[in-house]
Amino acid sequence: MSSTIVSTVNSQTNALPPSRRASAQAALVYERQERVSSSGIWVGVFAITMSFAAFTSALFVREGTTDWGHLVLPSVLYVNTLVLLASSITLESARRALAAGPFGNIEGTRKASAWVMITLLLGLGFCAGQFHAWQELRAEGIYLATNPNSSFFYLLTFLHALHVLVGILVLVYLAGRLMASHTTFRRSWFANTAIYWHFMGGLWVYLLLLCRMKL
Amino acid sequence: MEEGSVQQAHVHAPPEGFLRKYVFSLDHKVIGKQYYGLALVAVFTGMILSWLMRIHMVWPLAKIPLLEHLSSAGAPGGVITPEYYLSLMTMHGTLMVFFVLTNAPFAAFGNYFLPIQIGAEDMAFPRFNMMSFWVTFIAWVVLMLAFFIPDGPPISGWTSYAPLSAVGKDAGPGMQFGMSLWGLSIAIFCIASLLGALNFIATTLDLRAKGMTLMRMPLCTWAWFITSCIALLAFAVLLPACILLILDRHAGTSFYVPGGLVISDRLQPHSGGSPLLWQHLFWFFGHPEVYIAILPSMGIVSHILVNSMRKPLLSAKVVIYSMMSIGFLSYMVWGHHMFLSGMNPMSALAFSFPTLTITIPATVLTLIWLGSLYGANIQINSASLFALGFISMFVAGGVSGFFLAQPSIDIYLHATYFVVGHFHMVMGVASLFGVFAGTYFWFPKMSGRMMSEPLGKLHFWITFIGTYCIFMPFHYLGLIGNVRRYQSFVDDFMAPYLGVHKFVTVCALITGAAQFIFLYNLIYSRFKGKRAPDNPWNATTLEWSIPSPPPWNNFGDRHPIVYHDPFQYGVKGSKGDYVMQDSPEQVVPASGD
Repeated sequence: MSSTIVSTVNSQTNALPPSRRASAQAALVYERQERVSSSGIWVGVFAITMSFAAFTSALFVREGTTDWGHLVLPSVLYVNTLVLLASSITLESARRALAAGPFGNIEGTRKASAWVMITLLLGLGFCAGQFHAWQELRAEGIYLATNPNSSFFYLLTFLHALHVLVGILVLVYLAGRLMASHTTFRRSWFANTAIYWHFMGGLWVYLLLLCRMKL
Repeated sequence: MEEGSVQQAHVHAPPEGFLRKYVFSLDHKVIGKQYYGLALVAVFTGMILSWLMRIHMVWPLAKIPLLEHLSSAGAPGGVITPEYYLSLMTMHGTLMVFFVLTNAPFAAFGNYFLPIQIGAEDMAFPRFNMMSFWVTFIAWVVLMLAFFIPDGPPISGWTSYAPLSAVGKDAGPGMQFGMSLWGLSIAIFCIASLLGALNFIATTLDLRAKGMTLMRMPLCTWAWFITSCIALLAFAVLLPACILLILDRHAGTSFYVPGGLVISDRLQPHSGGSPLLWQHLFWFFGHPEVYIAILPSMGIVSHILVNSMRKPLLSAKVVIYSMMSIGFLSYMVWGHHMFLSGMNPMSALAFSFPTLTITIPATVLTLIWLGSLYGANIQINSASLFALGFISMFVAGGVSGFFLAQPSIDIYLHATYFVVGHFHMVMGVASLFGVFAGTYFWFPKMSGRMMSEPLGKLHFWITFIGTYCIFMPFHYLGLIGNVRRYQSFVDDFMAPYLGVHKFVTVCALITGAAQFIFLYNLIYSRFKGKRAPDNPWNATTLEWSIPSPPPWNNFGDRHPIVYHDPFQYGVKGSKGDYVMQDSPEQVVPASGD
């Protein structure tokens, strides 16, 4: 990911005296960075949405065939849902703690890192819970290829979990940056990771409803 | 233009060391050249494959000695087997559609010129950009591996229709490991294209220089931007399709394979899947893919025509809106590839209507190009010749689309050489003409050297005439009833027309050979060509305001401010009959206007 983007913005600061240019430029760069990574994350969210829409339409086509059955969802999924939604709240708390104070204030950073650690634990808890759901199905003798319903269940939950894992990796990186003292830190990274994480929560609720109603 | 005196912080540091400079470079210009190089390798591979197919088709017993070393089973004694013909065809289509038509006009030129044309120092996410090239490269390696495994490449064609593509070795040679490599390669390619599209969109939205409003962007920037929006949607659907295919092949699921299916006397262990599902998902990607191939060339051609005509287009806005409508409509027409698939005849009608509607923006574009040419003092050079050739190919290939869009006519023409002629002209060759035009036009900027004009013109005329000689007869053969994908026609009702096929083969050999003139020109000019000035074509866009070749940070310490749209030709400026986009001078209409 880019670190600084200057060339296209600092022409606006050329009119200022040299002493003030640097700080004005830094502010513009910061704003530009936020916009770039914000566009990036929204475009990414859109692409992921499109992929899952494709899986959904595949499910609707497949649903009409003769061997379509019924799958009783493992009840641990509902607990997992609560865990993932809770993690969204904790990450939001972290984001707000960071955004509340001036840039780089110690109190906010300390609070934020605590919230991020809780988010990480909840995220890992969600993945463990999903793994448990798969184990439960396997214990009943229901595997990926057992019937179309189980195929879709394993496929959708696995791909979602994979995306959550990517989010967890980014959170680990961010937690590291938060806790290391004397490092610069971009709040846009944090905000965008939060968007991605909330999207994962929303996507999961959608997938759960889809599985509950269709599988 | 104003100069920034503040110590620069750049998107990335100046590259140091061989690896960072030329291999794992973050510089969009190097990445663009890497895409171009990969497309060049792929296009020559694909072309040689087409030679082999054409030779086998009319001289089925011809011995091609080297081929025996590549595949002793596919070409025993150098004679291509019918199955190996299909393998070559699959690889030809896959290489051309994915690694040439998607990579060259969009990823290669887009990467190189989009950031410069909007006045940015680099793409929004340089590391993603580097990754998207290297992931594409891995996809190419995985695909090419299929040539070197005992099984050989798959025989499914580039569309890889289920259920045969989903059942493994019972479906024929190459359908076991070769087909798996194909599925994996395309899935990897999708990921790379998604990363690329994301980068293009964010860059265009957020990194434009001051004054570079959306409507002041050059037309090729617009085309790349629209294409990246299409690519984002299309590849996000092909990726799930490939994942389902891989699961059907290797995890025993039944997404695409129906129950009770017997292939090669073996009951397939699947139940209930829908082969139509693959077609729907594939063509939901596949039709927009056609526009991913052609839109960038439309943009490049508009860009070059404006420059060689020395006057603006009749309406640049209408060009932009037409390209947008083509992109939008491309998502509503995938079913026209499936008129004979057994879907509801009513839906065939529903897909036919938007397909015919696409001809409206396409016709508007053509009329704007042709109308703008009226009264223009066009400068004839290799770039503008290929741009004009593009229009010719686009019209000649596009007209047959009117016929194919109608289900009643398509029932007869489906899967004949009429279709093959249609898409080769309108999607394949037209798009490549855009790439050639772009190469002759931008080579001076990319390398700092001019290409040879006489060689370029020779290349154009042989390619232009050769293309018509190859693909026009295809239409007639299709009308006669010549089915595509047959390996030879020597002993059936097509035998009387073998002469036509022989003519096409000879033309294909000559036209293909002419491409080596281009390759020679490219390599020779790179090292021995005349030194190029910064702005050899007296063009207005930002890429011509910087040195040839551009420094690693494009504009150096200069920060372009844009004052004009890119169509300021035929006006009186300090440099001649044009005013550059970043020139603050007022535009004065030329005397006599």
